[in-house]
Amino acid sequence: MQVTVRLVGVFRIDRFREERRCYPETATVRDIVCELGIPLSLLGIVLINGSHAAIDDQFRDGDTITLLPFIDGG
Amino acid sequence: MTTSPLLEFLLSRSRGELLAWQDQLSAARRFNRSVREVELIALQHGLLPARYIRNRKTITTEGQLRLCSASVVVVGCGGLGGYVLELLARLGVGRLRAVDPDCFEEHNLNRQLLSTVENLGQAKVDAARLRIGAVNPAVELEPHQCAFSAANGAELLQGAEVAVDALDNLATRRELAKQCLQLRLPLVQGAIAGWYGQLGIQLPDRAGSGLHWIPAEGEQGGLEKELGNPSFTPAAIASLQAAEVCKLLLGAGGVPGERTLWVDLQAMEFLIPE
Repeated sequence: MQVTVRLVGVFRIDRFREERRCYPETATVRDIVCELGIPLSLLGIVLINGSHAAIDDQFRDGDTITLLPFIDGG
Repeated sequence: MTTSPLLEFLLSRSRGELLAWQDQLSAARRFNRSVREVELIALQHGLLPARYIRNRKTITTEGQLRLCSASVVVVGCGGLGGYVLELLARLGVGRLRAVDPDCFEEHNLNRQLLSTVENLGQAKVDAARLRIGAVNPAVELEPHQCAFSAANGAELLQGAEVAVDALDNLATRRELAKQCLQLRLPLVQGAIAGWYGQLGIQLPDRAGSGLHWIPAEGEQGGLEKELGNPSFTPAAIASLQAAEVCKLLLGAGGVPGERTLWVDLQAMEFLIPE
């Protein structure tokens, strides 16, 4: 299936801002994160179609998955 | 001492509904009251300390009284917390509790509002007390030089109406969020790293936590350790936090409920998840 992957902040460096990508029907967000070489420790927020989601959530054809970095400075 | 002679004094010195700072200070000295007590009495009788005249089209005199009566706890007095304290004091929030275990170091000077070359080595909460005392003497700042923890959290949050998370690590943020839920205390969270910032609101009547940070595996630090923080990122996120605190205290505006805002100042993008 085809989904849109949108990256935010430092995740765009040497990758992309937004791309249409293909994944198997059983794929989860974790598969995308691993495929893109994003360290799990730097993942802050996952959105599917703009709503909060979990890393092991599955998605559907046509969905938009957004990955945001983990920041905790004050 | 009843309030009557004090009130008479204030009414005699006011111009229209405005009370000048020198008259507020004179009243405090003459009637042996704190500046904040004088401010409360003035506001209760429709007199607005002149320092708030530029607030007036945004915050009514009744709203100003509400703010003066309010108590907010700010946990963390570094990049975010320093600005939040300053903004809330200038806004007129009457009681602030500042919590931070650290003293200022040279690497704080690039962004932490309360740090100066003169106060390196000073406790951040003591610098906060001095600064807020100089900016708005009607604000009573209670310094607590300690780290927020499971053991002292309830005591530190006691009596506050809103808590501000200006911390720099996820473990303490989680503890603060947990205790705020238990105490039914609204929490306004901020986090920063480099060009990026995040704002979160956790309300007590909601089942879930406003903390939408994915539990990072291993819970190492986020990007701040790698990216640091420039001067403007804490200022930007702290301003958003102060605006949310103001709305929560006044019950005004569109308090959005649980919500997260992610800000990329480099790309000038603001992302608000549903």
